[in-house]
Amino acid sequence: MNGLRILAFIAVALVLQTTLARFLVRGSIGVDLVLVIVIYLSLRAGPTVGIVSGTVAGLAQDALTTGVVGIGGLGKTIVGYLAGTVGRAFIVAQPVPRFLVFFAATLIEMAVITGFHLLLDSGPPVVPVGAIIAQAFGNSLVGIVLFQLADGLPRIAERRRARSDRNS
Amino acid sequence: MALFDIRQRSGYLFLVVVVGHIILISAQVNSRSGVPLLQALVFGAFAEVQRGTAAVVGGARGTWDGYVALHHVHEDNLALQQRVRDLEVKLQRDRALAGESETLRRLLDLRDRSQMPTRSAEIIGTSATADFRAVTIDRGTSDGVRADMAVVSSAGAVGRVVMPSRHAAKVQLLVDRSAAVAVMVERSRAQGIAFGSGESVLRLEYVSTSADIVKGDTLVTSGIDGIYPQGFAVGTIEEIERSGGSLRAIRVRPSVDFSSLEQVLVVLAPPAFVGPRAPTGGAERRE
Repeated sequence: MNGLRILAFIAVALVLQTTLARFLVRGSIGVDLVLVIVIYLSLRAGPTVGIVSGTVAGLAQDALTTGVVGIGGLGKTIVGYLAGTVGRAFIVAQPVPRFLVFFAATLIEMAVITGFHLLLDSGPPVVPVGAIIAQAFGNSLVGIVLFQLADGLPRIAERRRARSDRNS
Repeated sequence: MALFDIRQRSGYLFLVVVVGHIILISAQVNSRSGVPLLQALVFGAFAEVQRGTAAVVGGARGTWDGYVALHHVHEDNLALQQRVRDLEVKLQRDRALAGESETLRRLLDLRDRSQMPTRSAEIIGTSATADFRAVTIDRGTSDGVRADMAVVSSAGAVGRVVMPSRHAAKVQLLVDRSAAVAVMVERSRAQGIAFGSGESVLRLEYVSTSADIVKGDTLVTSGIDGIYPQGFAVGTIEEIERSGGSLRAIRVRPSVDFSSLEQVLVVLAPPAFVGPRAPTGGAERRE
């Protein structure tokens, strides 16, 4: 996976996050599409891509907020590295393992961000546990759908191409 | 090259990126204590490492010192025991010196208070028989000591010189059965004569039947015997036996503990200095 594709994925996720996500599940807290993309790329391409995508996506996301630049980047970098390492070490090809990875990754990122805010005694108030769980569920569901789409679209396209070849 | 292929070494990349993030965050904010976050994190992490290292080193050192390096402990123990014994002996010697110093200090105080010419003396011997209660002091005629001179201590009257030699003198104690001293009750000024009994108590006689005297009264030298200066403590009324309206026997507990005497003062003043000699011719007991 080259750098341009990574950047493209992240850019799309950022655009969707800042425009559409707030219409999905009760505002932007419900789903973090940028995090979903980072985890997706990490599981697909490994820890190095996870680190790079997490850093770039997190810093970009931080830059669009009024908070401390770097906290989100650090959280997503850690998540990208861990998700990539898990994807390398284990077979994460079924919905349930993927769900668990997305779920755990969301919790880890929230823990890192919350820990830094507590350490700095600044930034937004700590997110309630219920909201964190809700976001973890949301991210996991969106991530599974993303994987299903990514796995299924090429097959559908191939089938259509084969059908059109037979008809011709 | 695989060595420089970052895709093969994601762990290093991860560390570099994490440190970069922390530096970036630290550049923007301080921690709660006002210290830059990077310093706080590095110090916090390093302090934990130091703590762990110190615990490991301390444990290893404790194990070594407590179990392995004990081959000199026996010798050390013996040396310490010897040192404890030496120190105990030294302590006892120091205590004895301190007691002696205290006695001398009291004698000096007494000499300053009494404003009398005195000569300090040390008791160097006791009487050969139990019947004769006397001590020997290390001062004699060469020091100006004469017969019938009073001997006192910080606790009160001790006795009188009965036999001076050139460099020593025998002192008859108040408790000797042939000793006597003119006394008066400190509270009521009632007078009498205290006699030695050969025991550890005195007998008070020649007291007026109308004298105001009660158990617990303090007796002091009255000075009328021409030997003992006035005002030195002699003893305390311990028991009063009455027969009808008259006094039968009065027991007096001496103020001086004669068994522990070490230092005394010999009063060098002639009888005329301390008061008129008693018309009875001294304090010699008259039976």
